Formats: sequence, structure tokens, C-alpha cells
Amino acid sequence: MKLSFKRIWGIILRHLYLLKHSFSRWIDLLYWPTVDLLLWGFITIYLQKDFYPEGKWVFQFIGALIFWNILIRAQQGLAVGFLEDIWARNLLHLFVSPLTITEYLLGLFIFSLFKAFIASLLMAIIATFAFNFKIWLQGIDIFLMVFNLIFFAWSIGLLTMAFILFFGQEAEILAWALALFFLPFSAVFYPVDVLPKFFQYMAQFVPTSYIFETMRKVLLEGEVSYVLILKAYFLTIIYFFISVVIFILSFNFAKKMGKFTKIGE
Amino acid sequence: MKPILKVENVYKNFGSKIVLKNVSFELYPSDILGIIGPNGAGKSTLLYILLNIITPTSGKIFYFGKDFFKNRSEILKKVSFASQYVSLPYSLTVEENLKVFANLYEIKKADKKITELLDLFRLKDKKKVLTRALSSGEMMRLNLVRAFLNDPLILLLDEPTAGLDPEYVKYISELLKYLSKDKQLAIILTSHQLGELEKIINKALLIKNGITLAYGTLTELFKKFKVNSLEELYFKILT
Repeated sequence: MKLSFKRIWGIILRHLYLLKHSFSRWIDLLYWPTVDLLLWGFITIYLQKDFYPEGKWVFQFIGALIFWNILIRAQQGLAVGFLEDIWARNLLHLFVSPLTITEYLLGLFIFSLFKAFIASLLMAIIATFAFNFKIWLQGIDIFLMVFNLIFFAWSIGLLTMAFILFFGQEAEILAWALALFFLPFSAVFYPVDVLPKFFQYMAQFVPTSYIFETMRKVLLEGEVSYVLILKAYFLTIIYFFISVVIFILSFNFAKKMGKFTKIGE
Repeated sequence: MKPILKVENVYKNFGSKIVLKNVSFELYPSDILGIIGPNGAGKSTLLYILLNIITPTSGKIFYFGKDFFKNRSEILKKVSFASQYVSLPYSLTVEENLKVFANLYEIKKADKKITELLDLFRLKDKKKVLTRALSSGEMMRLNLVRAFLNDPLILLLDEPTAGLDPEYVKYISELLKYLSKDKQLAIILTSHQLGELEKIINKALLIKNGITLAYGTLTELFKKFKVNSLEELYFKILT
């Protein structure tokens, strides 16, 4: 069966309409990234000014914050988008239509990309004016890293959706919590070598640890490690593949158990 | 004439609980089939299996001569569903909800189609209203508008008149009868309102505990069980 772009657009449109009517969803999209950036940006300026005047502390923190927010927005855009359909008991209506699971996921992927773009654009603008940090001047390699973060975010999002289908709505907390599990191992705000040995070992299997290490290298030394980026992509492809398989198994399990008729009640 | 829907030996169990046992029936253009049975008989499960929302344990389903499970997306372009118990997203307006589904069904000239159907189901003045502001009767009519967006050849309805005013029950019943005759639309519906059901269906499938107790045209069934109404048939077979 051929992919239908009209059906993919239907899914995007459904979430755009939802956003259009919801002030709280705009707050979620714009308020938290702004608060995060201003809070941590000014704390870092204070620490650098009074305690550690050497180095590019501020840039390192702001870059990490923007990157982490891209990951969180892309992951939540996917998982919360799916939850929106569960809360509205809309999954049943969607899947009695000709919509395929691939088209549904592609619609959610694109919408999550839109949310990540809005949040990161806002953060980039604030970072420019408040901290004189221009992320787009850090080179084209930044986009290579961002794409990796987005793919990993989708893997986490798909896993979250699979757990919700398998365990029911009790698992919906994972839409906000699962990405945070990877935070300590991702070495977002500190280098991997400050972690305890076991955490360093774990970090080897987390693609984001390579991305954040590379980001620090770019911001502090102006160097890109393509080896680290390649390692990140290698791991992300594996995670993405595993997540897709687990999601499809959960989707079929939900159909077998009749969960689509009950979920959201 | 070839059947447009053929259901062969469908079984469904959830773990050790058997919900449907060896259900088979056929549907032809303009047929209106009532699936009748007490609560928990397996009526809704059967409808959801016919929509591929629940996977059957075994059995075959053919729409328009094609295997449903191999041609799901293509077949669902011409099959529709509406239920009193499943609403469209509350946070979107009536028009927005319909536009989303017009895209999912790849409807051409969607705006015109939406306006015509809203008019037909007496919801024209609700176009810009948020779905959450609709009454339960209006919500069901909106579900029916959505179900007719794709000009279905087969329509599956789960209790379509539950909770509606008698005026709308009559209107919807007459409309379904007209569409089935005029557009050759085949309809499968579940309902507990046997009096209303008898006025519109020409075939019935009576099930209890997932087992088919009777299936055929109303005329055949009335003759076979020596009854004069659907209600009599219900009490004779199902209680």
C-alpha cells in the first residue's frame, strides 16, 4: 500500500487544530524552554563571573540546554501527541479509517519536529539577545548532531507509546519521565569522565553522550569529532529499529486484546 | 449477485474467555443487517473485528471479494463506522474534525461535501462550534456526518439511535432506509430498540455468548420461529 501524504497531513492538521485552540499547550511549548534558558543562563553567568572566570561556561550550558530541549520536545511531541489521541478516545476513529500505522507515525514525527523547531527557535533567539550566544554560527555540524538527537527522541517516544499500548494508561507518566532516565548517562552538562565508572560504562551505550561530548568540543575548542558522531548514529539506528519493532508488537497486541475500544476510558 | 461482505467462521477469545464462536454471514448491497443480542453477547466485538480494530483469533473476512486483512487500507476507504459511545475530539470545532477525517479518507472537494452533509444531518449551524458544546444527539449526528464523508458502500453502526430524541430516531431511521435503497448502501447495526430496528432491517443475526442462534432475513426467521415481531423473536430465542 502506497503512503498517502493527504492522510499524513490529516494527522498533522488534527494536532495543529488542537494547538490552535489550546492556550495551555502553547504555554507548555514556549514557557518552559524560556524559563529553563533564562534561569540556567543567569546562574551560569553568576558562577563564571564570581567563581570561575576562565573558559566558556555560559556557552557550554546554553548549548546543552538548547540541545536537551530539542530532544525533549521531539520526544514529547511524539508521545504526548499519541496521548492526545488516547485522551480524546480518537484512536478508534483514526484506525477505522484507511490510515496506516506508518502514516500515523509519520504524521506524529513531523508534528513533533514542528514543536521541536518552535521551541529551539525561541531558545536560539533568547540566547542571542540575552547571552550573545549564536548557535547557528557554530557550524553545519550542529545540524548533524540535532538530527541525531531527534532520531533518538523518536526512539524514546516510540518506546513510551509501546509501553502505553501494552500496560495501558498507567504508563502515560513515561511520556515525561522516560527521556529523563537517559539524562545522567547523556552527560548533558558535564563531561563523561566525571561520571562514576559504572555510569561511564553505561554512557557508552547512550548515543546522546557522544553528541553532548561533541557539542562541548565544538563550543570549547571549535573541533568536531566525526568519530563520536558516527558512534552516536550507529547506536541511534539500533535504538530506532528496536523501538519500531517493539511498538509494532505492542500495536498488534493491543488489537488482539481489544485495547483500542477501551483505552482512554 | 456476489456478497459485498462475507464473514467466515470467525472466532474470538480473550485468554480463556470465548467471545465469538464460529460466526458466519453474508451481506449484499442494500441489505440492512441487525446484530441482536443481550449485553455481553459479542455484538460490539464483532463490529470491531469487521473494522480490524480487534484481531480475530481465527476466521476469514472478505469485503468486495478481497481479503480484509491483506487489503485493509483499500477496503476501509469504502467502509464506515459510527457509534453513540465514541465521540470525536472535543477540543476541535465540528468543521475542523470533519476536515481532519476528510484528509484521512482523501476526499476531493471536502468543503462542499462537509457543507452538504451538515445540512443533511441538520448540523449546518454548528459548523464553527467546538465539538464539546454539542448535545449527545448532535454528537451522534456528527459521527454520522463523519461516517458518510467517504460515500461508504458498507456502514457499521453501534447503537446509532441510543440517547436520541424520538424525532431524530425516526429521522435517522428513515434516512438510513432511504440511503440503503437509493444508494445501495449496506448497513450493519446493533441496537436494543427492537421496535425501531424491525422497521429498517431486512436481515438479523441473533447472538448470545458469542454463539449464533439465528441468522436470516426477517421473513425467514419469523416463519421459522413462528413469531410476528422482532421482540417476540428476541424473547423466544435469546431468553
